[in-house]
Amino acid sequence: MDQFTLNLIVVGLSFALYIGIAIWARAGSTSEFYAANRGVHPVLNGMATAADWMSAASFISMAGIIAFVGYDNSTYLMGWTGGYVLLALLLAPYLRKFGRFTVPDFIGDRFYSQTARIVSVIALLVISTTYVIGQMAGAGVAFSRFLEVSSSTGLWIASAVVFCYAVLGGMKGITYTQVAQYCVLIVAYTIPAIFISLQLTGTFLPQMGLFSADASGTPLLAHLDGLLTDLGFRAYTEHHSNTLDMVLFTMALMIGTAGLPHVIIRFFTVPKVSDARASAGWALVFIALLYTVAPAVGAMARYNITTQMWPDGVTGEAVSLETIETGEQYNWMRNWQTTGLLGWEDKNGDGRIQYYNDASADMQAVAAERGWNGNELTNFNRDILVLANPEIAGLPGWVIALIAAGGLAAALSTAAGLLLAISSAVSHDLIKSVLNPGISEKGEMLAARISMAVAILIATILGLNPPGFAAQVVAIAFGLAAASLFPTIMMGIFSKTMNSAGAVAGMLVGLVVEMVYIFTYVGWFFIPGTNMLANNADNWLFGIQPASFGVVAAILNFVVAYVVLAMTKPAPAEIQDLVESIRVPRGAGVAQSH
Amino acid sequence: MSDKSASAYWAANIRLITICLVIWAVASFGLGILFRPLLSGIAVGGTDLGFWFAQQGSILTFLVLIFFYAARMNKIDREFGVDEQ
Repeated sequence: MDQFTLNLIVVGLSFALYIGIAIWARAGSTSEFYAANRGVHPVLNGMATAADWMSAASFISMAGIIAFVGYDNSTYLMGWTGGYVLLALLLAPYLRKFGRFTVPDFIGDRFYSQTARIVSVIALLVISTTYVIGQMAGAGVAFSRFLEVSSSTGLWIASAVVFCYAVLGGMKGITYTQVAQYCVLIVAYTIPAIFISLQLTGTFLPQMGLFSADASGTPLLAHLDGLLTDLGFRAYTEHHSNTLDMVLFTMALMIGTAGLPHVIIRFFTVPKVSDARASAGWALVFIALLYTVAPAVGAMARYNITTQMWPDGVTGEAVSLETIETGEQYNWMRNWQTTGLLGWEDKNGDGRIQYYNDASADMQAVAAERGWNGNELTNFNRDILVLANPEIAGLPGWVIALIAAGGLAAALSTAAGLLLAISSAVSHDLIKSVLNPGISEKGEMLAARISMAVAILIATILGLNPPGFAAQVVAIAFGLAAASLFPTIMMGIFSKTMNSAGAVAGMLVGLVVEMVYIFTYVGWFFIPGTNMLANNADNWLFGIQPASFGVVAAILNFVVAYVVLAMTKPAPAEIQDLVESIRVPRGAGVAQSH
Repeated sequence: MSDKSASAYWAANIRLITICLVIWAVASFGLGILFRPLLSGIAVGGTDLGFWFAQQGSILTFLVLIFFYAARMNKIDREFGVDEQ
């Protein structure tokens, strides 16, 4: 059986499983559509949260982003896990006690203001749509490979599948489907990693393998550092980037996590306040399974790629063009070339492909001496690394098929969760609460589905030319969440007197400042070519990249809110009582839509 | 619940949150990034302890922290009689 057929079968089976579960647990009423019933066990809820959370960015993109940079991109690992501590300590239990369905519900009621509700809906839509762009970009890569089409065709297919999938099911279907998706994605991610760890280091656990010695007896990381520096690249384990930006970027991902509406929404669906605390922990258990493996996947893939390009060592001859075009071990390069995401060119016409850093001054001297004419591995999209990884390591066909299914599970589960947050913000928080309170349940469901369709369309069009690799686009969404929603929700719980004027002013300043900073560098509304400054460290304010700037905007959010509070009347007594009551677990009832 | 015990309960919660957040920050921003040069002498598998914290240790610390907080808070809830029945 050829790889293409095998991919179709494995991916087809996984889809049949999700669709079966979705039909079995179809959403009937609006309250089921948004938040299921409250009967979801914390461990299952943790698994579903993990699937919801770990998107194409975590699964498909992150290890690649780490592989090509090394230590400096540990920020993704710490940032995307550390936020759960903030969720468990600062937000989840109180939001559960408050007992509403959505983030704008909380903000609108706590700040007793329709304006606050509308501003939070706008923030939610901006955050979630940005996030969906990253998902579509990642899902497009996965589809393009396993259906063997170009990356833009893959993107349109992904968009059609997400449409069918998210628009037909509701949260209840989604919760149980997401448990299944978690199982598929974690198996798909860890199996190739275990194989590769055994191949390279003889260690079963990739988490240990990363710090073990390879066949030559040198520690893997030390060997990798040596290979890379000999080719003019930066050493894998060393710190090169701006430390301030590294800290802020990690912080932005952390507080962004705690401000993401589609993640927060999950903690509304646990039965008790104490479960909300534990659920964040369970979610992190399941997330950590992937996140501790990811750095091993990244380092080992970089190691494998480098040694494949230099089979006789970096001082010997580079791999020949003929080997790449015919060699069994180089199948992956030919497969990925068809997607347009990987490319090479024999610039000096010596029949070999030299992979090195041609921007390094030292290497230019070496290149002149050895007759090289620039790096010949001309195109390597970071987002293909995880998907190509089992092929690079020469693993069996079923493992390769499995990773395609896993990547799609990750992208689909998150896209569905995001679209649900978008649709509930539009239909529930905007139309039902503000514009047309008399809308029928049927009308509300229709509005929910139309808003999902519009979001998918926007994300697909922008996903054709995404402003970065999947994980980088998603990081921008986190910067926005950090700047707008997190500070406001936190002040809603930890400050009894914070009033509507302060919250609205803070949110607006945080959101607008972060959006302007992002759009200055990546283009207005992410439209390529409309940026005013090139997106690189020389242009950034104090070397702070757009996603990291979310922390600065979050601080502005807090400062503006407190300044406005000082000039206006504090929140009325009944609101202060409300805050008092959400701080204690006792008396948590079932959530109300209104 | 009286106002006095309500404020004592909240103060106990804030104290616990503060302790946990200090550990959270030290494990990630501290050992993983800022203090890495100080730990460069401690070798771990071809690199140093700071690298291990940035790619493994911080995540494990976060896990332990959340369950620790959840367990301690449940205990505090019971002590102040505000747990869910």
